[in-house]
Amino acid sequence: MTDGFALSCPIPDPGGDIIELAHGGGGLLMHRLIDRMIRPGFGLPEDGVAHDGAVFEVGSARLAFTTDSYVVRPLFFPGGDIGSLAVNGTVNDLAMCGAQPLYLSVGLILEEGLPIAQLQRVVASMRKAADAAGVRLVTGDTKVVERGKGDGVYINTAGVGAVRSGVALEPRRVRPGDAVLLSGDIGRHGIAVMAAREGFGFEGDIASDCAPLAATVMRLIDVGIELHCLRDPTRGGLATTLVEIAQAGGVVIRIDESSIAISEPVRGACELLGLDPLYVANEGRFVAFVPQHAAETALAVLRGGPAGASAAIIGRVEASGRAVLLDGMIGGTRALDMLSGEQLPRIC
Amino acid sequence: MKYVDEFRDPALARRYVEAIARIATRPWTLMEICGGQTHSIVRHGVDQLLPPGVTLLHGPGCPVCVTPAESIDTAIAIAGEPGVIFCSFGDMLRVPGHEGSLLAARARGADVRMVYSPLDALAIARETPDRQVVFFAIGFETTAPATAMTLAQAKRDGVGNFSLLVAHVLVPPAIEALLSAPDNLVQGFLAAGHVCTVMGYWEYEPIARRYGVPIVVTGFEPIDLLQGIYLCIRQLEAGRAEVENPYRRMVRREGNGTAQSLMRQVFAVRTQRWRGMGEIANSGLGVAPDYARFDACRRFGYVSDAPERPTECLSGEVLRGLRKPVECPAFGTRCTPERPLGATMVSSEGACAAYYRYRRPVEEPV
Repeated sequence: MTDGFALSCPIPDPGGDIIELAHGGGGLLMHRLIDRMIRPGFGLPEDGVAHDGAVFEVGSARLAFTTDSYVVRPLFFPGGDIGSLAVNGTVNDLAMCGAQPLYLSVGLILEEGLPIAQLQRVVASMRKAADAAGVRLVTGDTKVVERGKGDGVYINTAGVGAVRSGVALEPRRVRPGDAVLLSGDIGRHGIAVMAAREGFGFEGDIASDCAPLAATVMRLIDVGIELHCLRDPTRGGLATTLVEIAQAGGVVIRIDESSIAISEPVRGACELLGLDPLYVANEGRFVAFVPQHAAETALAVLRGGPAGASAAIIGRVEASGRAVLLDGMIGGTRALDMLSGEQLPRIC
Repeated sequence: MKYVDEFRDPALARRYVEAIARIATRPWTLMEICGGQTHSIVRHGVDQLLPPGVTLLHGPGCPVCVTPAESIDTAIAIAGEPGVIFCSFGDMLRVPGHEGSLLAARARGADVRMVYSPLDALAIARETPDRQVVFFAIGFETTAPATAMTLAQAKRDGVGNFSLLVAHVLVPPAIEALLSAPDNLVQGFLAAGHVCTVMGYWEYEPIARRYGVPIVVTGFEPIDLLQGIYLCIRQLEAGRAEVENPYRRMVRREGNGTAQSLMRQVFAVRTQRWRGMGEIANSGLGVAPDYARFDACRRFGYVSDAPERPTECLSGEVLRGLRKPVECPAFGTRCTPERPLGATMVSSEGACAAYYRYRRPVEEPV
């Protein structure tokens, strides 16, 4: 037995002088990298509007413009592949600006040795996804890098869309009293990709939710819902998205945990791996902030969309502040935080 | 979800909370041993439901948190050896030693891979016979049997390019160390259900007798935890100090004999340093002499006996239950999950990380 303890835990400040994977994880480190290095480097204000895309006027038209790069291993997974992901991801970023997506560019970075048949599958998948979303792939670029310098295929897409008149979506428009809606169940994409990558055979196939969201968003606008903010909870999951909006909008968001739909297989996988489904990526879901009086109408529209059966009102905006509070199933309340770095499976 | 939802039933939780309030006639201080329990308590807000006099202290049962920084330094050094593939559980990758973390080592070019089981590391060794594959074997009696099985297979099949950096730790000696400290506050323990699944609970019976503390074998769901707290307080109120096992759906008194004999075969009990708690006699597992050639320290010529360096991190006091994470002046300011001063802020099972994620004040600017 020891006689007394050394009361120290010797850890120095980590250096932070090189890029680590966590800088791309969609969490705090990425936000800091963008806010403290990239934005100032480009001469942009540090506290600029954080959004999925830029909105600007050209003549009499208001256009939304966005870009995203897609890196996923494996290239093909249940429910999608890097091609459908690259189209839907950018389509969804435009939709979150309240824009009807119109045109996409495609940049392909191919690794030497990639089977042509795989590229064919990716290209066909992009075409199919574009047709489904009603966008045209109009320009592009192809580069090949040496073997070992890429994971088969990297894709960048940029997109242009026409913003619906009278629509202005941003966190600062979120008001106390707003209802928070979620368009479907969460966690499918992240778990589907992880299961495919790591070779977990989960009972009950988990397919990615990868899907275009523009049609549902346009229906919300068409029925006259006053939308305040839309956001798709991709990397970092629902929790990170809500925290981003609470911080950018200066509000407290209160969420009812029991109202968030999570499928049984996703819950099971998360329990097994020690992951929190609130932080797992989605590629075909969005949260909508609407005035309380419009909540039921908006919910009816969401329920008519794909995966709409599990759409729900998950909470409300309470007061000025900068926090997300989750009322748990058994009565406790916890504050949600952004994902810090990568979400890593627990040991035991 | 079957076997989960039953143990998160709000109505049943309320009944337990009421029962605890009814029987607790005075303040009691309990400690849950395991970081998984801490995570569940804070995530579900179990501690918020308890009467004010009942205090939960969070014990040293997070395998990542108690792995000494010197072991991580050795891990990073071995990962940097030419031709080495270094395999670790995901949790461990982000914990900094004195010279950064394994993730940072990977960013600098080391071949560090996350695995879900030591058997995955052994498979990598079989597939790449021209590389040295090292597995970072950490954790309590829960992960030790899988390490033991892997080591036994490696020896049986003569996998010569596989070795282990072992930092396994044992729960009962840590409990005794806590109880024998002069400033001990703990009046009752919730033992870690999964550790007892492997080891049984016979080891705890002499501890309960010697120190006069109730020890209740407890699971990880909110109802399990509330039941454990209820039974612990019921013993305290009655002046009893016994080992009680309400986690009978998993745990038997003798535990898993196969796992235990495998552990005895490949490991030797040794004195082990715990991060923030110092050295505790007989609290760790090393590679047994018959398996010495699979010891990575020996294979690569490393010995780690560097002294612990002082910092402002209070995790030693947090791990012993003397302080709550929020009582640390660095909590949430100079110490965050992105820039941790201590391992308790890194792992999702660490008490500080659990508090940081779930318990920061609402209006606090980020």
